[in-house]
Amino acid sequence: MPLFGQASRSAASWSILFGLVGLLSVWWYVSEFGGAAFLQQLINGLQRGSIYALIALGFTMVYGIVKLINFAHGDIFMFGAYVACFAGAALLGSGHWVAFVGAIAIAMALTALLGVVIERVAYRPLRDRPRFSALTTAMGVSLLLENFFSLPPSTVPFPLNHLVFGPNYISFPALVEVEYYSFGAVYVTTMHILDFVLAIALMVLLHVFIKHTITGKAMRAVAFSMDGAKLMGINVDRTIAITFAVGSALGAASGLMYGMTYGILASPYFGIFPGLQAFIAAVLGGIGNIPGAVLGGFLMGASETFATSIDSNLAYMTSFVILIIVLLFRPSGLLGKLQREKV
Amino acid sequence: MIAGKMTAWVIAAAVFGAWAMPAASDEITIGSMAPTTGNVATFGVGQRNAYQLAVEQANSVGGLKIGGRQYTIKLLFEDEQNSPEVGATVARKLINQDKVAAILGPTNTKVCLAVGPIAQENKVPMVTPTCTNPKVTLVGDYVFRAGFIDTFQGAVGAYFVYQTLGKRKAGVLFDNGNDYTKGLATYFRQAFEKLGGKVVAFESFTDEEKTVDFRPQLIRIKSAAPDVIYTSDYYGAAALIAKQAQEMGLKVPLAGGDGFDSPDLVRIGGASVEGLHFTNFYSQDDPSPEVQDFIRAYRAKYNDTPDAYAAQGYGAAQILFDAIQRADKIDGPAIRVALAGTKGLKTVAGEITFDANRNPTKPAVILEIKDGKQKFVKRVSPADLPAEIRP
Repeated sequence: MPLFGQASRSAASWSILFGLVGLLSVWWYVSEFGGAAFLQQLINGLQRGSIYALIALGFTMVYGIVKLINFAHGDIFMFGAYVACFAGAALLGSGHWVAFVGAIAIAMALTALLGVVIERVAYRPLRDRPRFSALTTAMGVSLLLENFFSLPPSTVPFPLNHLVFGPNYISFPALVEVEYYSFGAVYVTTMHILDFVLAIALMVLLHVFIKHTITGKAMRAVAFSMDGAKLMGINVDRTIAITFAVGSALGAASGLMYGMTYGILASPYFGIFPGLQAFIAAVLGGIGNIPGAVLGGFLMGASETFATSIDSNLAYMTSFVILIIVLLFRPSGLLGKLQREKV
Repeated sequence: MIAGKMTAWVIAAAVFGAWAMPAASDEITIGSMAPTTGNVATFGVGQRNAYQLAVEQANSVGGLKIGGRQYTIKLLFEDEQNSPEVGATVARKLINQDKVAAILGPTNTKVCLAVGPIAQENKVPMVTPTCTNPKVTLVGDYVFRAGFIDTFQGAVGAYFVYQTLGKRKAGVLFDNGNDYTKGLATYFRQAFEKLGGKVVAFESFTDEEKTVDFRPQLIRIKSAAPDVIYTSDYYGAAALIAKQAQEMGLKVPLAGGDGFDSPDLVRIGGASVEGLHFTNFYSQDDPSPEVQDFIRAYRAKYNDTPDAYAAQGYGAAQILFDAIQRADKIDGPAIRVALAGTKGLKTVAGEITFDANRNPTKPAVILEIKDGKQKFVKRVSPADLPAEIRP
């Protein structure tokens, strides 16, 4: 298999090149700003990356199965964060961990429901149309969610005024007691650990779900061939709905982590930027690839943090530069080629 | 022939008369704008309340006396969302559609810089209560302000940090996408270095509405080992900066400017903003009768204590109403001339006399957050500053 051999050789040489560039950047940063600063930025970057990773999982799952870039996913993440915020505040009286578990459960359930509704109303009717149609509706759904939830409650008629969040920032309740652990010049908080553990745990759970359950098997079959799956008696509509539910629930978990980490939800537009970063993360890791999305998320979080610390204007640019470079040399993303199987 | 000419004159006079006659109910329309939603919503709500209070009080004594007649003030309010684009849109609406005689607002520098040229172009005078960047009134001679400018505010902050707090190494953090915070941070640095202090870190972030993570910059500031942090941003960002600085063990005092003045500073920042100092336009403890009367009236109407943004808004309305009555006609250029001639006018925003650049000279106050409340520390006039940093 000469072709295969060539491909893997070039993949290996690109990996070595990327690795070298990475090591050089690390060496430069450490010599410029010191080792402690580097480690602390890395820890904070991985924390941010955990948030991106969970959003990226939703992007990648939906793309893997219906080949749709769900532009509304950043806003689904936003919705999850607000639901977690209100649920957490309501449950805070019954103890910290109860509030945390309750908030995450309620947020994931309601956001999954929102994901299913969006799929049913906006995407399913267009499934047999050109892919561009669904892409356009996705943008429409995104704008609708942002602008609807930004309406000031006082301007909205009765039943709806309890649904909107309003245009102003709100404080996110402190759902867990944050402890600090210092190791010399570097410190870690409960939130760092919680974000990281939650991201990895949910990724592993998702992996097990897709590989070892009947529903997961159905998802893989639908991703492989929708018509083939139909012929085998798989309920395609139901399988796709479950994919949206799971992806949206992961987005909600990410929203809760975002709120707890930064303590504030700026406005219903705040999902745009994390959504964009997570989308890049999913493409970077190889869209449709689950470990790839998580790897991409961590890369995005870390690169954004380091770039911001050098110059804040770089932060918005770095992710796109990385994306362009990776796509130029590895069009299917970092892990896209090594593992052909999609969700 | 003569009769024909006479008829023409009579018709002309009648037409002119009808046109020149004011509307049946004598009314003057004044436009106002402030951000009542978004990241600085508490500023806008206070200012809107203050404008409404000022108009209500003026109307209760018969409105404004212009050209021998009493005019009722009709106030139009628009939410500019602290966005230059929205500010420009609502300014055009107020000027072209509602034909306002003058504009009160906007609240913040970056919106002022977008609205100023539109007001100037249409010859509609505007008085901004709280835009502090020096560039704001340099847009043109129709733009006035009721507050001090940031060259002064930055110098007061630097002098206080250097002299009173005794700090020598400052870390500065600001938003480089906002003219107000960028300007104030720069003027603070200039003054602090002239006094003999050292700015050991001058770090920026981009867009305070998007940024919630200030740790990348704070880690760099921490490694420069400052003994004070000066941040020129608004209260929301400042509260998060205080929290995150404390989280990483960067336990040095924090100082800033008038953008900190909001109850939400403490609401978001909690214990981490305790002991923080900032420069401001006014203090509720000001004993002057103008200020105390205003606070009483505001409390009676809104059941809330006015912040400096509300006080400045009320002051801006006082300045404008006084000028319109002195202009004695509803005409942009005439009101502009009257505004420029404002001299020794006692308002809630202080005693106002405009200089050549349409800026009043007024003292700043320094406030401290103590037990979750604002506490008056001292008042600083331009004359109190050492000559080398006086603007």
